[in-house]
Amino acid sequence: MNIVFAIIATVTIAAAVAAMSLRNLVHCALALSVAFAGLAAAYLQLGAQFVGFTQLLVYVGAVAILVVFAILLTRGSEPPTQSVLSSGWLTGIVTAVVVLGVLVYAIAKSPTVAQRSMVQSAVPAEPSVTVRQIGEALMNKFVLPLEVVGLLLTAALIGAVIIAMKEEGRK
Amino acid sequence: MAESLDQIFVTLNHLLTGFAPAAWRPLVAAVISIAGIIGVFASLFAVTTVLERKGLGRIQNRYGPNRVGPFGFLQPAADGIKALIKEDVVPRAADKIVFFLAPLMVVIPAFLVYAVLPIGRNMVLVDYDAGVLFFFAIGAATELSVFMAGWSSRNKYSLLGAMRAIAQMISYEIPLILSAVTVIMIVGSLSTVKIVAAQAGFHSIGLPNWFVFTPWGFAGFILFMVAATAETNRSPFDLPEGESEIIAGYYIEYSGFKFALFFLGEYMGLFAISGLGITLFLGGWHAPLAILEVVPSWMWFFAKLLALIFIFIWIRGTLPRLRMDQLMSFAWKFMLPMALINIISAAVWHFMPPGYERWLVGAAMVVGPYVLLGRGLMQGKKLEKRTYRYAE
Repeated sequence: MNIVFAIIATVTIAAAVAAMSLRNLVHCALALSVAFAGLAAAYLQLGAQFVGFTQLLVYVGAVAILVVFAILLTRGSEPPTQSVLSSGWLTGIVTAVVVLGVLVYAIAKSPTVAQRSMVQSAVPAEPSVTVRQIGEALMNKFVLPLEVVGLLLTAALIGAVIIAMKEEGRK
Repeated sequence: MAESLDQIFVTLNHLLTGFAPAAWRPLVAAVISIAGIIGVFASLFAVTTVLERKGLGRIQNRYGPNRVGPFGFLQPAADGIKALIKEDVVPRAADKIVFFLAPLMVVIPAFLVYAVLPIGRNMVLVDYDAGVLFFFAIGAATELSVFMAGWSSRNKYSLLGAMRAIAQMISYEIPLILSAVTVIMIVGSLSTVKIVAAQAGFHSIGLPNWFVFTPWGFAGFILFMVAATAETNRSPFDLPEGESEIIAGYYIEYSGFKFALFFLGEYMGLFAISGLGITLFLGGWHAPLAILEVVPSWMWFFAKLLALIFIFIWIRGTLPRLRMDQLMSFAWKFMLPMALINIISAAVWHFMPPGYERWLVGAAMVVGPYVLLGRGLMQGKKLEKRTYRYAE
């Protein structure tokens, strides 16, 4: 664990905590976008340029903006008077722990990790995946999953438009 | 001689770095490059403000600034001093922290994106494998800072301006990226250095190998520059600041140096996106003619940049501002289909053998959709000479 990672991790976790505990919803959304940017920095530090920049482009550029817009369009941005803790916080913690457990299990069982522990190299090998390799994998080996995801997203988009559309018949 | 002049800044950097202890050299080299980029582009900002005001003055039949210094060229110094000594007014209802952070968040991404722009041979700060993606990812952060400025001011006009700005930036970001995708497809790399290298050399008829001289590249360049105009909130897409409707948009409550920072960020964004347009379509730092290659590469980059800035000023002085619905339908109904068709056109160009057929098919795939889309969108609209009614 080096100093850069320590800084990135501290900022990301602090921002995530702030996003949960601040009273003003817009402040929460901004803190959330800082957490997204911190995650992107963590990816970049691991040498995953494509994932890191995509994280920035999609999460800071689109998701954070969407959250902010949703807050602005649905309710006043005045701070709430009641407690910021949701009543179902216990269920939330249980869900979070279960998700973490599944992720840790999946990563520990991954063949890449098994290989690395067999080699027992002192310095973890730098993942030398270029953007070109990612693109070629997406366009050749994984083209069907990509198309399915695209279809799913298009369907979701059309569905959202239909829900949001003004109903002409009923007035 | 020409060779050493071309590499003068690279050699200078090496020379200066040589004085530092060996362990510090990479850091010192980076700091020198960053200082150079900030210094050069900030000075360009100062010069451009004068050029823009003088150019607009020329278009509007007046003089423009001509009092401070020779031909008014010291005007930015006077403006800078004025901005520094002005009172920094913060509205009482404003969200103090976000209000303070917003102008910084506008300027920082605007400067960060210069890291991947090759401004000359061997003159790029970092050659990322995903350079173009870096540019767009950092550029996306600007939208959030515009929102921060508009929301924290607690002013209806600034909030309206921010909403307009974000809606416009999100809409035009799609054609902007899709028109850049064509170049990435043809080059097969996201690295800005490789994109410039792919445009080296000359056609047999003397034209340079720039992508703008192909049918898809021409269409892509026009789409890119129109989307870039909207992304940087320049006229005729300057609705977020439309003075006649919402006074000054999201930075209405800012005064003094914070306002100057917004101004700086806006122009830095303009230069950066023009620089990306040059890198993607106009051959980067390559000379337009083979005999002109003796001129240093960085000079070509800045010559192209100034030419694009001139076009931006020209457009600002001559085109009226769009309406919000016109702006949105232009992005979604015209720019987006054109950009998508252009991607197919680039693919067809790539797979056809070189020859006249390729040019014919490529040109047809650009002109055809342009005419059909334009005609299709004009249907049901009566275009006639506009008549004005005046109050009596």
